[in-house]
Amino acid sequence: MKKKRADNICMMQGNQACARGAMMAGCRFFAGYPITPSSEIAENLALSMPAVGGRFIQMEDEIGAMGAVIGASLTGLKSMTATSGPGFSLKQENIGYAAMAEVPCVVVNVQRGGPSTGMPTFPAQMDVQQARWGSHGDRGVIALSASSAQETFEQTIRAFNLSEKYMMPVILLVDEVVAHSTEKVVLPDPGGIELFNRKQPTESPGEYLPYRETDDGIPVLARFGTGYRYNVTGLCHDETGFPTNNPEKIEKLIRRLTDKIERHRKDITHCHKIMLEDADVAIFAYGSVARSARRAVFLCREAGIKAGLIEPTVLWPFPSDEVLETAEGVKAFVVAEMNLGQMAREVELASKCRVEVHRLNRVDGRLITPQQVVEKVREAL
Amino acid sequence: MRPAKIPTEELMTSGHLACQGCGATQAMRFALKAMGPKTALVIPACCWSVIDGPFPHTSLKVPICHTLFEAAASTASGLKAGLEMRGDTETVVMAWAGDGGTFDIGIQALSGAAERNEDIMYCCYDNEAYMNTGIQRSSATPVGAWTTTTPVAHYKKRPKKKIIDIMAAHSIPYIATASVAYPQDLIEKFRRAREIKGTRFMHVLAPCPTGWKLAPELSVAMARLAVTSRVFPLIEVTDNGSTWKVWKDFEQTPVADYMKPQGRFRHLTDKEIDSIEEEVDRNWQIMLSRERLSADLPGLER
Repeated sequence: MKKKRADNICMMQGNQACARGAMMAGCRFFAGYPITPSSEIAENLALSMPAVGGRFIQMEDEIGAMGAVIGASLTGLKSMTATSGPGFSLKQENIGYAAMAEVPCVVVNVQRGGPSTGMPTFPAQMDVQQARWGSHGDRGVIALSASSAQETFEQTIRAFNLSEKYMMPVILLVDEVVAHSTEKVVLPDPGGIELFNRKQPTESPGEYLPYRETDDGIPVLARFGTGYRYNVTGLCHDETGFPTNNPEKIEKLIRRLTDKIERHRKDITHCHKIMLEDADVAIFAYGSVARSARRAVFLCREAGIKAGLIEPTVLWPFPSDEVLETAEGVKAFVVAEMNLGQMAREVELASKCRVEVHRLNRVDGRLITPQQVVEKVREAL
Repeated sequence: MRPAKIPTEELMTSGHLACQGCGATQAMRFALKAMGPKTALVIPACCWSVIDGPFPHTSLKVPICHTLFEAAASTASGLKAGLEMRGDTETVVMAWAGDGGTFDIGIQALSGAAERNEDIMYCCYDNEAYMNTGIQRSSATPVGAWTTTTPVAHYKKRPKKKIIDIMAAHSIPYIATASVAYPQDLIEKFRRAREIKGTRFMHVLAPCPTGWKLAPELSVAMARLAVTSRVFPLIEVTDNGSTWKVWKDFEQTPVADYMKPQGRFRHLTDKEIDSIEEEVDRNWQIMLSRERLSADLPGLER
């Protein structure tokens, strides 16, 4: 007898999985601008968003898309945009605004090679530091990564949860290989997904202060249109939300924007760890490169080399503690990435130079192969 | 429409990377015949950032600066200023952008350049959507059209942005529309524009078989039907946006004849097409009234 196909198992590309994840996370607003290799996210949401009463807007440019997302989010809607390197650059001013005003939203960046127009149809991981420092000013950043369609689906949901919880823009970095590879995705039961919705004020509108000091350092922003009047600004502001020139209040605000992430590091960071317990060499890889690195671990083990993998699914805040812990047990690190060492630098810092960090970089628009990783591991030994 | 002498010299060669029946390549080929070799192109992200092809197979015999999506007019402004300061007053700088790079993300740069009356030519080859990224709607996409971001379930409900009106409001010396179905007219207009100082804006309808869901061999026929159905009138606006001239010397054809062969309009009912035709007529009458009005105005002294 023919087996009935399970409804929750599908074949989809990373971009489709991202769109599906957004819908299941309760995202009801998408504003975007066409850009390869992320356009399928917009195309999918153009179809599915209106079907559930959500809103899809194709904007006139990238910073406009980011602006619309911020506006929609102020009304309490879970909002998202998707782009690629050049568009990510264009959005930066508004990403900084969302960080400063503490407006939750999700920004997906399907990375291509850069700088500038670069390689629109080939993968890269060159926006990792831009995700951290792309917009001016000091602030904490959350940036997630995904290495498969399945993980893209899950990380999209997590991005919404983190943005709602910590009241800030959350960036999801994938790359062209993950975005365009079609593979199996197992969808969870919608009722079984844990969703976090931003807190709402309990006090009366007359007593409400949007940026009042809270125990966890995260403000409670009332949804626009619910009777709570307050001011939202990109200027340095006090607890009322109005601009201030008071140095004490400014210092407090800017420190809090970083501290609210630092204080909750443990809740945010996450790494997959594979065969690290007895490893001599730890491979550090993320995104599609981690797929090659996984294979490389098994190839190494077959050849009698004790290799392991540390694969962060959260790139920012950087998993410093996990890297240091790993450094204490291995002889060397191999950091494999499709850029010229943007994360290798962080691994060197976090491991406090206890072990040598070997770099495996590729910037030709092609994926790093398992064989290349194995070779690098051999060199490192 | 007088017959223009078309130069045999080709500044655009075969071996380009466009789709079959691409209107944008025809537009470039004719435009360069009018412009001649002393032309520098500035091309933002658009189909043409791919079409000219990689060295040594590049299909254009003029220098090109491929610039950012939003920066065609601003890069062209700087390039022209630089050439002038270097003593080159001969080379014409022409920004060559698609509709996304003109109507949407590039309109700030274009408006800025036009307001400053930069001595550049700006040509928008309009295929009415983001074709290079996979047929997403732009503000040049006509009402009723399907695209990947205006699916049939909620196809485009808003009319195309009136870019000629916007440019005329900038009081620039020369504005014209042209069609690849009327190459002689197109070439004449580019020649005229070439000799004028200040910002000259050209708008060429470039049928896109891929995005319009159209048989490639119907590309030129569609461009012609766009004109004869008055969907895309051939006009010239001179005297700093005040004198309008509309080409009327053709036999009118129904809007349905233009829309029906295109798959992007397949979902539309006859009634919907009728209401589009009403809108087309209205716009045509507005054009004609402007022409009549400007005929009574005293011409500008040059």
